[in-house]
Amino acid sequence: MTNPPRRILVAIKRVVDYNVRIRVKPDGSGVMLDGVKLSINPFDQIAVEEALRIKERGGADEVVIATIAPADAQSTLRNALAMGAQRALHVVTDGAHLEPLAAARVLLKLVEKEQPFLVILGKQAIDDDNNQTGQMLAALWNRPQATFASKVELTDTTARVTREVDAGLETLEVDLPAVITTDLRLNEPRFVKLPEIMKAKTKPLETLPLGSLGVAPDARVKVTKTEPPPGRQRGIMVKDTAALFAELQKRGLV
Amino acid sequence: MTQVLVIAEHANGRLNVSTAKTVRAASSLAGAEIVVAVFTTGGSPVAAQAAQLAGVTRVLEVTHVANEHQLAATLAPQVAEVARPFTHVFAPSTTFGKDLMPRVAALLDAPQLSDVMSIESDTRFRRPIYAGNAITTVEVTAGTKIVATIRTASFEAAAGGGNAKVESVASVAALPAHTRFVTLAAAAADRPDLQSASKVISGGRALASAEAFKLIYGLADKLGAAVGASRAAVDAGYAPNDMQVGQTGKIIAPELYIAIGISGAIQHLTGIKDARTIVAINKDSEAPIFEVADIGIVGDLFTIVPELEKLIDASRQ
Repeated sequence: MTNPPRRILVAIKRVVDYNVRIRVKPDGSGVMLDGVKLSINPFDQIAVEEALRIKERGGADEVVIATIAPADAQSTLRNALAMGAQRALHVVTDGAHLEPLAAARVLLKLVEKEQPFLVILGKQAIDDDNNQTGQMLAALWNRPQATFASKVELTDTTARVTREVDAGLETLEVDLPAVITTDLRLNEPRFVKLPEIMKAKTKPLETLPLGSLGVAPDARVKVTKTEPPPGRQRGIMVKDTAALFAELQKRGLV
Repeated sequence: MTQVLVIAEHANGRLNVSTAKTVRAASSLAGAEIVVAVFTTGGSPVAAQAAQLAGVTRVLEVTHVANEHQLAATLAPQVAEVARPFTHVFAPSTTFGKDLMPRVAALLDAPQLSDVMSIESDTRFRRPIYAGNAITTVEVTAGTKIVATIRTASFEAAAGGGNAKVESVASVAALPAHTRFVTLAAAAADRPDLQSASKVISGGRALASAEAFKLIYGLADKLGAAVGASRAAVDAGYAPNDMQVGQTGKIIAPELYIAIGISGAIQHLTGIKDARTIVAINKDSEAPIFEVADIGIVGDLFTIVPELEKLIDASRQ
């Protein structure tokens, strides 16, 4: 009898590209998304990279990518496959908006299906900036969480994770399986080469309608208005250091 | 009846100022009863410190041997255990609260609102999205328990002088053993804390080396200021990661912020836009930092900073 494959599940989200300067709709109903470039959430790209590096070191047999998104988000999954992952799961939402807790419930279903020893996600998506889904998945799964990771070291049964916290760098040891969320300095994701993009087109991609997983969208939180942030007034320019110092003194700041 | 449970952040026997800010946020809920929960191993001075915060009606000290280290995996079941009667459960939106609260929310089957910047009513809150480039108003269905993290830069600290009753209970929650603390490599603590300092001096990529970054420390020490850094400076290795100011680092609201050699990428500006006075020193007159600066000067930082130090010295003689 062979051992079951040692599998890492990486959850990714498609978001407005981080280089896009977003604009709020004049009627306050949200952010303009028409024609805006969409990309994999940068923290999630780091998560994919980390999973691939673990596999390349011999620490895993398979990297499976999952996303919860509308049908047209398949290209985002293909990009992650082109980075080197083996296969992908696409939970198709068809317009339903999922709050983090509902997303975590969906991911728990995928965890039950795939039995990974590690789930890696970005610490937050740069659209809603919630920073919740990984922790919620860990709670629902009743497993450890190591958030904001800047270093991950694995043994067969544990992960030693260095975390970026306000007080400095905290190191935790967690039993596997576990959930890890990535911070910016964990790694630098690789560039995808053209042959990999071609190869990714034929990698297995399974679609699962949201309805088939038995998770209802949570309607308890509604966004009622979206506004641009209050702007700061442009201040004064001073010509030299003496004038700068005089201005600081006048305002009682030095 | 609005009842708010505030989860205290503390370390080394001291209450973090983020807790006082979270209490102040809770006070903006009309007629709220505010209970601060402090998770300790027992006999900690932190409960008494929390009892002094204005607006707090009661302090609940929850003791368990596992509370020596404030880990989300072991705290969350204890928070869930005491949170049942409360309408709202708040913690600061620091790395402590960001790590812990979603785990709590999942255990309570409650939605979480992250980074709350203002409270309009028991059910209506405002929070930033897209790195602060848009602000949303969210409405939560009445009768839903609300878990939230509070954006500390948006609230003043609650005043002292309170005298709330402290109640101590031993936790009976079943706690997992799957998560173990190993070490904390703390940042140097000989300067004011970046998150709460009234003055912050930050350096950017233009410093061009860790050696040159010492210029920033020199000016900061003259002004009794904390030191920050842009992401570019941190990524280049000129400053440690815990000094990073910005959306992916620390969001701060000091009285005075001096940005030295920082161009002002949007993610950095997000971290400083609540500062009272922003001063920018940069050689590029087109740098975006000047669009938000109250006082700007175009020039070489390696000339301006030493000149500024001399003027400060001279004014004190």
